Order: sequence, then C-alpha cells, then structure tokens
Amino acid sequence: MRATHEVHIGSAEGTKGVAQRPIPSPVPTNGASPNQLQHSSHPGVQLHEHPTKAAAFVANDARLHWHDQAVWFLRGKRDRVSSAFPEWEQLRALGSHIKAHTLSRLAEYLEQFERNALALGARVHWALNAEEHNRIVHSILADHGVTRVVKSKSMLTEECHLNPYLESQGIEVVDTDLGERIVQLRREAPSHIVMPAIHLKKEDIGELFHEKLGAPPGLSDPKALTELARQHLREKFLAAQAGITGVNFAIAETGGFVVCTNEGNADLSTALPPLHIACMGIEKVVPRAKDLGVFLRVLARSATGQPITSYTSHFHGPRPGGELHIVIVDNGRSRILQREEYRRSLHCIRCGACMNTCPVYRRSGGHSYGVTVPGPIGSVLAPHLNPAAHASLPFASTLCGSCSDVCPVKVDLHHQLLMWRGELGRAHLVPIEKRLGSAIGGWILARTWAYRFFGKVMRRLLPRLPRALVYNRWNAWGRQRELPEAPAQSFREMYRRRRGN
Amino acid sequence: MSDVALFVPCYIDQFYPQVGLATVDLLERFGIRADFPEAQTCCGQPMANSGCFADAAPLAKKFLDVFSRYRYVVCPSGSCTSMVREHYVNLLRGEPKIAAMRGKVYELCEFLHDVVQAKPRGRFPHRVGLHQSCHGLRELRLASGSERRIAAFDKVRDLLAGLEGIQLVELARQDECCGFGGTFAVSEEAISCAMGKDRIADHERAGAEVIAGADMSCLMHLQGLLRRQQKPLRVMHVAEVLAEATT
Repeated sequence: MRATHEVHIGSAEGTKGVAQRPIPSPVPTNGASPNQLQHSSHPGVQLHEHPTKAAAFVANDARLHWHDQAVWFLRGKRDRVSSAFPEWEQLRALGSHIKAHTLSRLAEYLEQFERNALALGARVHWALNAEEHNRIVHSILADHGVTRVVKSKSMLTEECHLNPYLESQGIEVVDTDLGERIVQLRREAPSHIVMPAIHLKKEDIGELFHEKLGAPPGLSDPKALTELARQHLREKFLAAQAGITGVNFAIAETGGFVVCTNEGNADLSTALPPLHIACMGIEKVVPRAKDLGVFLRVLARSATGQPITSYTSHFHGPRPGGELHIVIVDNGRSRILQREEYRRSLHCIRCGACMNTCPVYRRSGGHSYGVTVPGPIGSVLAPHLNPAAHASLPFASTLCGSCSDVCPVKVDLHHQLLMWRGELGRAHLVPIEKRLGSAIGGWILARTWAYRFFGKVMRRLLPRLPRALVYNRWNAWGRQRELPEAPAQSFREMYRRRRGN
Repeated sequence: MSDVALFVPCYIDQFYPQVGLATVDLLERFGIRADFPEAQTCCGQPMANSGCFADAAPLAKKFLDVFSRYRYVVCPSGSCTSMVREHYVNLLRGEPKIAAMRGKVYELCEFLHDVVQAKPRGRFPHRVGLHQSCHGLRELRLASGSERRIAAFDKVRDLLAGLEGIQLVELARQDECCGFGGTFAVSEEAISCAMGKDRIADHERAGAEVIAGADMSCLMHLQGLLRRQQKPLRVMHVAEVLAEATT
C-alpha cells in the first residue's frame, strides 16, 4: 500500500491503482501481529491494568453510583425510544447487513467514494497509520500557514493523538465539542466516545472553568457554565484558520459525507475558516445515500435516546472559495478486516450504546480502560493494535452479552471478547494466577477420580480450617463475600445413596 | 438406560447438592427418570473464560464422550449449558459430535418449558425476585430481555408464575448482570462485588424475600455477599423453588 498520496482536484490519475491495491497485509504498528505476540516478560505488558484502575474508581462509592446512574439514564432513554419503534430489530439487521456487504468490498467502495469526492472538488489523502495521518494533517495546515485550528468531535483524531502532535508543531488546536473542550482543558482523555466528560460533575466543571476561563468561584449552574464555554469557544471559532471534523458516514455513490453533532460545532468549525480537513477511518464508508436512512435512525437513538442528533450536516465538496481535504485512515483496520471472527467489530458506528449498557463500564469509568474507545467495543478493538498493552481489557467483562444486544449494528461483542481471551491465552498474555489455576483445575477436572478425591478433601478441610487461614489476604473471593458452606456429601454421593447403589 | 442424562455442574455437585437433588425430584415429578453418568465433571467454562482454551478442550472432549449417547442432556445451569451449546465449537474445531450435542443439551427450565411443556402447580407463598442469569438470557434466550425489541417472553418466569401464592416482584433493572462472571469474580473483585451489591439492593427495594435464579453460580456470588452482610434475603435455585412448591 502506498504510504500516502495526495490527489488533486479533478485528477483521475490519483485514483488509479487503488483497485489493484490488495487488501494490506497485517502491519504491526506499535504492537506485534497477533501471531507473534510478545511473551509476558515484555515491559509493555499490562495484565492487570483494568482491575487496578477499576478498583480505584469503585473506592469512591458515592461517585461510582452517581456515574452508574448517569450512564444508565442514557440506556433507559434508548430503551424508551427504541420501544416506540416497531421496526427496531429490522433496522439493526439491515444496518448489520449493509455494513457486512460494504466490508466485503471495502476497497471498491472506498475507491468509488474517492472518485466522487474528487469530482466534487475535495482532495483525498490515504494514511496507513496514526503517524501518517498526523503528518498529513500537519502538512496541509503547514502549507496554508495555519497556526489556529478548531476541531469538532472526532474519535479518530483522538485515536491518532492528533492534538499533542499538532501542539508539538506549534499549532493551537481547540476542541469545540463542549465535553471534549472540558477534557482538553483538564489535559485528559475522553472517558466516553459520545459524552467525553460524563465522568465529571457540574461542580468539577465549575472549578475547571474558574481556573481556566475566569468563571467566578463556586459556579455550578449548567446553563451559566455552558454560556461561558459558548463565549470562549465563539472567539476560537472566529479566530480559527482551519477546521477539522470527523466523519460519521462517507457515501460512496455521492462522494459526500455526514457529520453528526448536537452542538452545531462541526458546522461552525467548517463554515467560518476556509480550510476543512475531515478525518475518517476506512470503515466509515456506506454504499448509498439512502443507507443513511438506516444508520441515522438508529445512531442517536442508541447513543442518547434522541430521535436524531441536533445537527446532521452533509458535506459535498468544499464550500465556495474554500478547500476540503479528506484523510482516509487505516490504522490497523484492514488487519481486523482480514480476521473473520473479529470483522464485525468494523460495523461499529460509534454510538456508545455498549458503554451505556455495560455494567462494568458504568462502574469503572472510561479511563479505567486506558484507551480512546473504552467499554466493550474498545476492549475488542484495542488488542488488535497492541495485545500486550491491552491484555486486561477482554477480561474487563462478565460476558453478560448486554452489549451485543443493544448494538444497533449487531457487533457480537461478548463473543469477540471471549475469542480474544483465547488468543491472549495462547500468547501467554493471561495473568499467571489464571494460567496456573486453569492448568491445575483442568488437570483435576479431566480425571473423574481426581475430581472426586480433591472435591472431598476440599469439603472436609474447608469447615475445619481456622477462619483466618481461609480468609487470607490472597483470597479475593473472601474479601467481601463468604465462601459457600461445604456440605459433607457431594450431590453424586447423595444421589448414589438415594438410588441405592 | 434413560434417554435423558443429567449434567450437574461441578460447583453444584460439590457445594449445592440440594440443587442437584431438587433437579432430580422435579424431573421425576414430570415422569422423567434421568441418568447421572458418573464420569462427568465440569464443562470447562472456568478455563475457557480465563483464556486457557487448551486446558478447557480436554473437558469439552470428555463432556462429549460422556453425554453424546443420550437423546437429551439436562443441566440446572444456563451458563454451563451455553458453554456447551455456543462455545465448544471454539474449543474443539472440527469436532463432529458438537453439532448433535448442540441440539440436545438443555438448560433445566428450557427443557421443562419447551420439551416437557410442564406447567408446574404448587404453592410457594413468598415474594420472589427473579434473577435473570445472563447466559441463560442472552445465549440461550430463555427470555426476551430488556435490550431487544421483540415480543416479550420469559420461560423461567412462566414456570414460576403458575405457583399459587408466589409474588414475583418488579425490579428497577430487570436483567442487569450480578457481576459473578466466573473468574471475573476474583480477578475484577472490586467491580464484581459492586455489581453484586447493586443487584441485591434492587431486590431489597422491590421487597423480595427470595432471589431465585436458574444459575447457582450467580446465586453463590450474591449469597456470599448477603451472608457477609448478614442480610435476611435468601437465594434459591429455580429447581429448589419448583421442587419445594410442587411436593
């Protein structure tokens, strides 16, 4: 795959070769390919990241329950609006089928999108990975002498860590989504892909705005805080020389694309400055404009329980006198595409419903995952980039399956989490206590006599041991829970007696 | 030899023999005398869910060897049943016995509801909170669940609802996970217990005297929390409720 190629307006030349371009072979980015994983002695290995961070989140019981309720509230709204929707399950199936179809001929649709976008006067760039994406965006900005950029919410640019990169090149980037701006001012990552600051209370935001935006101390009225942010952002919009947006859906047959926001910030980011850069993952393409009629109906309903986002902005080429650049990014996605058992994760339309329903996410917070996209979808995506660094994420789930059932495009999330566990196990990226327990347990359970013998020993021993010995510091079960009482006889012993043999 | 085999999960065999006996009694009440093949041990789920598929595979093999000759395999656990039905294909790729097994392994309530078409009658004058175990719910589809927009059904509830005097309480979150999750209960202890406590609080607010469920593993976790906190709420397997009610 070519490193990068810029296609100029109306040039057909630049599109040649895409059709011949094979689906890229697995490219290790900052990790290794799944077939050549590092051993757990590798310094980048994180086997306990999620449980450690989650325990810290749980330690604040009041905040934990506040967070759980705040996020569950969205699940409730999603339930209510989807209940009033007789064709909900048909739309889920249809959305899933459209995505599966698109992924089955992704190169063709991307090419078609590129051709049509070029015809509309956009410029199209291809980036293999995050570094290349950042370099391309920077070079476009540098070519135009831009030093002040506004950006609407884009998880792709978060994934690529575009902000720190541009800042290191002396460019000011201002996130204009309110939640994104809040976490940006706090110098932290979003904790949710739809509500980046869901982990913060209004008092936290008042304190932040007091410190950063000159709000009076103790201000916590959401309306006043929002107004303050609005004035602050308005100045940034007016001063910006370029606007960066994400892309929710790119339409192959038209070359246009759609950006969904609730604050209209994508519109201001692109209507005021003359230069618009739109960054999209390769999985964002849909074949036809009418496919939007499926996805737009489920996106906001799944995300926040709204019928549709407040703004659904369609872009078809640059605005008069302006320039539009579209950066199409792979960053490991083509590697997922090649693996059939994980392919459906590329259906994801980033609604966040799997986070809202996830009982673990709600009680551990987005930051406990240590990745841009947290929750169930993040836990199946992150290990593709670096299995060792994110080895704890596929285990940060009870495999309850609620995520798979709320997903509007039917990603089989909890089954993918289990597949990942198996893959991490094969690569020895499972904590030693699990591997040992599993090996010993597996050996015993594979032999009926050993199972019966050790079962009896355990049942005899447990009631006779001193409590302090049983509830020792390594007994994680017993920290907050009693062990079950050990009966004198197992079921099979009782059963045999009853049957009289 | 009966054509119905009973699979009693290892932790029920060792810690909750009364649940196994209740299962036997209940089946007998509907005219089914099931075999209990003594060679059985564990379905392999603890190993598989820990990512150690290689340790789980021999157990899957053993399960198929022990049970393949029966027409029905009945198990008082949705989780273990779903391990066999949904996940053995990932442990033993290309194993020909799996396809047939998938069609004959049943969770107890599912077997009573779908195959036996049982309508248990009896008396259980208690306020009962039904704990929907996730694997029964979302792998075996024992109920429609709160997420999907399909015609509502609930096989476990149907079995209980026919009992005289039973009051099935309404929970605020009808099917949220209890946080057990197998080895998750230990490796993510903090979250697991936070989830369990929240689940208990929901049942308490709804006024339940008994938390009933079709998976003893969830109930073992909830019972562990309840006993530590010395709360009066009890847990019972659905088989125990039905066996006690129909005597």
